[in-house]
Amino acid sequence: MKTEMICAGFGGQGALTIGKFLVKAGMNEGKNVSWLPSYGPEMRGGTANVSTVISDKPVGSPVVAHPDIVVALNQPSIDKFGPMITPGGLLIYNEDMCPNGIDRTDINIVSAPMTSIAKEIGNLKVMNMVAIGVVMGKTGLVQKETMLKSIAPLKAKAPELYDMNLAAIDKGYEIGKTQ
Amino acid sequence: MAEKVLMKGNEAVAEAAIRAGCRLYFAYPITPQSELIEYMARMMPKANGVFVQAESEIAAINMVYGAAGCGRRAMTSSSSPGIALKQEGISYLAGANLPAVIVNVQRGGPGLGDIQPAQGDYFQATRGGGNGDYYTIALAPSTVQEFADMAALAFDLADKYRNPVIILADGLLGQMMEPVEFQPAKTEAELKVLDNQHLDWCCCPNEDEPNHHHHEINSLEIDPVVLEQHVIKLGEKYDKITANEQRWEDYNINADNEILVVAFGTASRICKSAVDELNDAGHNVGLVRPITVWPYPYDAVYKAVGPKVKKVVVFELNLGQMVQDVKIAVNGKVPVEFMGKVGGILFSTDEVKAKIEECLKEAK
Repeated sequence: MKTEMICAGFGGQGALTIGKFLVKAGMNEGKNVSWLPSYGPEMRGGTANVSTVISDKPVGSPVVAHPDIVVALNQPSIDKFGPMITPGGLLIYNEDMCPNGIDRTDINIVSAPMTSIAKEIGNLKVMNMVAIGVVMGKTGLVQKETMLKSIAPLKAKAPELYDMNLAAIDKGYEIGKTQ
Repeated sequence: MAEKVLMKGNEAVAEAAIRAGCRLYFAYPITPQSELIEYMARMMPKANGVFVQAESEIAAINMVYGAAGCGRRAMTSSSSPGIALKQEGISYLAGANLPAVIVNVQRGGPGLGDIQPAQGDYFQATRGGGNGDYYTIALAPSTVQEFADMAALAFDLADKYRNPVIILADGLLGQMMEPVEFQPAKTEAELKVLDNQHLDWCCCPNEDEPNHHHHEINSLEIDPVVLEQHVIKLGEKYDKITANEQRWEDYNINADNEILVVAFGTASRICKSAVDELNDAGHNVGLVRPITVWPYPYDAVYKAVGPKVKKVVVFELNLGQMVQDVKIAVNGKVPVEFMGKVGGILFSTDEVKAKIEECLKEAK
């Protein structure tokens, strides 16, 4: 079993971190993982994306051309990576910043107002954690317990933010489970 | 087993170097290897080591020359244009028989090029980019784990042969995160042994030696008769390295291979994915991945050309550099084809697969 994923958004939205937490949890489950960021002369508000692979076998190419999952935090990300999703694959996107969605019927689509949810929870920063929750709830790519264990060290650093992260994961997880 | 941690290649090789006993690191920042120098800036003081952000790449490599001349494990790192600047110093290190480690996180070239991954410095690393008759051992990792493991290997080889060693990585390996398991850090006692191994030639004052023997570190031999003997000795050393240190990986090599793929570093990973998909579809494709690109594993590549192999295909992220070594290795046994990508662009698994499929068709 090999799952290839691309997470994308504006710089600062936390797209790279979505991939990082997911592969870290995957690693802690004993899987082979890779995390390959786009890097270049970008600035805040520019585009950022990361390709990840979580696999039972050693990871060959870390470059993802046909993602099984795309997590898009804004419309340009859907426009760029949506068409690459393998048929039968999954698009997860942030309703608040993707007014056009995607025009494909051969893939599964889950959307959530991630920005609004994060605002409701009390910090825009946890928007990406909503997305992580959706990924786990919808696909079971990694187990929620592993994820919680992986991020536990963050608690000491910023307890308040940590609690908001947990709330965001829970909310996203629920959406992923039900949609 | 040690715990696995998720790390960028640039950081992993830095951590592994410190664990391997590197206590002197000199460099100048450049993308895509800056995380390496940043990690060293942060961690070297904690390891009681020396970190200097030099005023230039040339200064950094000459600081390495000085530290290596004192018999200590010293390292520098950069990316392609910065490594080009260091070539004078690398030639001097080779000429003076000095052990040192140089990490090249390659990017697109020539000139300033771009900052995306490339393999355009193969000639430079394997042929000696500076002046004179010399070789540097060149190790080409293909995963973050291997990149990290090569730090200790590079220092061991450098010490064993008193020769500079280049780790030839690229921007992808530098920037990518993968799980890594580190070797335990050298203990104080082990470091002492490392420090003492070069006392018979290095410049470090040796308090234990009764007459505090004076040693000279130099690459200048103005008398041609002396220089002749010096270079002949260097040649003998390179012969020894060539005989002892060839490393490579055989991937699905068997007597029924129809096509043989040769690739190193990042390119080999993409090729492995393509080879897996083709073999799952009923073909039989083998792959050889040179790990030392100097000394080049010529015999291993030759032996991998099985009785049914119709063609050898070489994939590189350049215009075709290692393919010359593959042609020497294959020695006309079967045709050798090449596919490259330049400018910091990677080939996709599909592109590699299409090229191999084309060769399979022609071979039928």
